[in-house]
Amino acid sequence: MDLFTFLKPKNELEGASADTELNRPFVPDSMWVKCTGCGAMLLMSDIEENDKICTKCGYHFRLTARERIKLLADKDSFAEFDADLMSKNIIDFPDYNRKLKSSKLKSGENESVVTGRCTMGGYDVVLCVMEPGFMMGSMGIVTGEKITRAFEYATENMLPVVVCTVSGGARMHEGIMSLMQMAKTSGAVKRHSDAELLYITVLTDPTTGGVTASFAMEGDIILSEPNALIAFAGPRVIEQTIRQKLPKGFQTSEFVLDKGFIDAVVSRKDLKVTLVKLLGLHNVKRAGEVEN
Amino acid sequence: MSAFDKVMAARDAKKPTTVDFIENMFGDSFFELHGDRRFGDDKAVIGGLASLNGMPVTVIGLEKGRNTKERMERNFGSAHPEGYRKALRLMKQAEKFHRPVLCFVDTSGAFCGIGAEERGQGQAIAENLMEMMTLKTPILSILIGEGGSGGALALAVADEVWMLENAVYSVISPEGCASILWKDESRAADAAQCLKLTAQDLFKLGVIERILREPKVEDKKIFESLKMLIARTFEKNLSMPVDELLEARYNRFRKIGDCKNEK
Repeated sequence: MDLFTFLKPKNELEGASADTELNRPFVPDSMWVKCTGCGAMLLMSDIEENDKICTKCGYHFRLTARERIKLLADKDSFAEFDADLMSKNIIDFPDYNRKLKSSKLKSGENESVVTGRCTMGGYDVVLCVMEPGFMMGSMGIVTGEKITRAFEYATENMLPVVVCTVSGGARMHEGIMSLMQMAKTSGAVKRHSDAELLYITVLTDPTTGGVTASFAMEGDIILSEPNALIAFAGPRVIEQTIRQKLPKGFQTSEFVLDKGFIDAVVSRKDLKVTLVKLLGLHNVKRAGEVEN
Repeated sequence: MSAFDKVMAARDAKKPTTVDFIENMFGDSFFELHGDRRFGDDKAVIGGLASLNGMPVTVIGLEKGRNTKERMERNFGSAHPEGYRKALRLMKQAEKFHRPVLCFVDTSGAFCGIGAEERGQGQAIAENLMEMMTLKTPILSILIGEGGSGGALALAVADEVWMLENAVYSVISPEGCASILWKDESRAADAAQCLKLTAQDLFKLGVIERILREPKVEDKKIFESLKMLIARTFEKNLSMPVDELLEARYNRFRKIGDCKNEK
């Protein structure tokens, strides 16, 4: 069972080999895009102007980490942390070096998360955004390390943290070391929480596995974009285990909201306004100085 | 023994389970406590109080069952969210009474199913990871068979983690890994080798502190010496100021993985 495969939009599945399609951008680099939600043919420029939301049905296309930072951070305020941290093939996993290389090329990022400090509506925050183009946001040592460092920085500097998740889960290519990142990040989140600081998570499509079972579900406030897959075990894994078809809408943001595990489903259009409003309700400092 | 031989040994139905460890180490002193006080009582997780050579301890373990009937009842040791919530409830209770917590881990993984997802499997595990990191009492976890991913880790955020010599601990099952990597579950043995999941590998990677000899149920002596070892560890950790204990626990996980900035 290939976790990456079931996370793919259906129209990308046929005839594509796992390796080449894995890190392909989610919106083809052409003038026309077929909406994964409603099948409508959309002009690329239209959806880009619309924060990559389908103008017909409201489907949220996936954003790269940089696109999301642009969406959320005040203009030119984002100062990145640890951009040079890079994963190593620590357990000599077959083919992992090649995979890392191709992920870097395709996503333009060194890891599956971008972390830094910025202002958001004038409020000082630490912002971590996961990158779907880098091994589907899987969590390796460096992912865990960057998130941990971001939380430690925020604790030290008394700052709130906003984390936007998108992840297929722990990265098996790093074996047990990736699993340990779940504990490591959770420890850093707990210290931040014990310092009475605010942590907001924004779950985006898909958020699954080891990320769901660690920092994604540890926010004081948990938001999600509409119709995102939010799961511990993915739908295909469950179908294989219980040999039953899953009900429609199972494990969507709306489903998880109904079950009581997130606070609100927020359209991408309203995401920044919502975050700024929540920051404002928590006595968060307005930025004095921004690190550059 | 190859890595996959170890996986098979870890899954061996004749291997002592959590119940065997509890019976052999604590006998009649064990008193089982049930339920998560929220939804139900997950029988894949056994929890209770016991006396460890006179020291009250909280014991929590994932139990696969020792025969077919038990295995069905125990859901083959795959816990639902209420199992992890029961474990956390008992840990919080242990914290209140300054009792050390002893965890036995033996599971192929947290259960994958509709109910488990509906009731927040991910949230339940996440909460355990967070709360265990700052639980103000010593925690020791012993992997006695299979350590399947997040479902195992949810009982293994501890001051020390020990493994039996034929136990395994992995982010994904070798079968799952093989099917993702090579679209071929039958290559599980190769995947097991790649994943570095044996006690010996994990000791080298600095993920566990100790490798223990495999006990047999009839071997009373080995359980006695294990009890002594656990008691000594708890005594040492109980004598530490709580701040230091928690700092050490945090750093135990903080240092895993070698990360240096390139510049």
